[in-house]
Amino acid sequence: MTTFRVNGRDHDLDIDPDTPLLWVLRDELRLTGTKFGCGIAQCGACTVMLDGMPRRSCVTPISMVEGSEIVTIEAIEGPEADAVRAAWTAIDVPQCGWCQSGQIMSATALLQAIPKPTDGDINDAMAGNVCRCATYVRIRQAIHDAAKTLEG
Amino acid sequence: MKHVMWAVATAVFCAAPVWAQDGLSGPDAFAGIADEQARSVALFEEMGKVLTHPRCLNCHPVTGGPTQGDDMHPHSPPVVRGEADFGAAGMNCNVCHGTANMQLTSGSGSIPGHEPWSLAPVSMGWQGASLADICTQIKDPERNGGKSLEDLHEHNAHDGLVGWGWEPGEGRTPAPGSQELFGALTRAWIDTGAACPS
Repeated sequence: MTTFRVNGRDHDLDIDPDTPLLWVLRDELRLTGTKFGCGIAQCGACTVMLDGMPRRSCVTPISMVEGSEIVTIEAIEGPEADAVRAAWTAIDVPQCGWCQSGQIMSATALLQAIPKPTDGDINDAMAGNVCRCATYVRIRQAIHDAAKTLEG
Repeated sequence: MKHVMWAVATAVFCAAPVWAQDGLSGPDAFAGIADEQARSVALFEEMGKVLTHPRCLNCHPVTGGPTQGDDMHPHSPPVVRGEADFGAAGMNCNVCHGTANMQLTSGSGSIPGHEPWSLAPVSMGWQGASLADICTQIKDPERNGGKSLEDLHEHNAHDGLVGWGWEPGEGRTPAPGSQELFGALTRAWIDTGAACPS
């Protein structure tokens, strides 16, 4: 039995301990906002917050999250997440959208760590989030816009 | 004919020194070197097979981020060292690397993991360095994290992240020998004066 909390709700699941968290989120808990992209931690589409830090759920065995708090794109909130969401919407960052929940989780984590990131900070933090539509220019712009919003 | 081949194979196997494991010899293999300093150097050169193995070198870069694989290609996805030798803000090592190796569900191979997991500090980087330079470096408390030789033995013989080099998960060649043998070599090297190759 693995006990953990997802988006404020406690779960006790009797499941193979090697099962990736992503499988549990999507197939067991039906939280399908978190996407499967590559399954090998190369694309970032499956990023969630694990105990407040971004984590690729496709390479996270469910046994590793015992007692942990997980937040997915369905429930991410707070000043940084709100600013990112608003900035993303304002300039229509997504094209196909598949990678965007992961992009938003990583962008939120970046702003939580560095409220006013440089282009270099953005490059470093977002390098693991791939976008097949190449929306990178808008992603960068939206992160800068969100940072300005956070300045007040 | 099969019996002859089996007998030959058995004889060869049995003739192999019991102190050798997977390409790494133990201290006894150097007992015949009469000069203590020369023996110490030989012991360190044997340790060098571990120190310069990709499992160790990949996370001991001189600058920048880690490398990957036996060919030591740049880490993918691209990562930077970061201020704490733990990646960038918003994308630290633990974004992917967990507390243990994880078999990939999609395809073969695994994501390496251990608790803790991080790059060696810049002062402990030795990619591209000669074995002589590595030797001088790891003995220098200014660059080895303040370790005495005894601390160095403890690190080599028992540190969990060092030990990961022999249990790196599917898709990675383990470091030669075993951590036990590496620890024994380190012990013998220290006991013979911890001499460095010239």
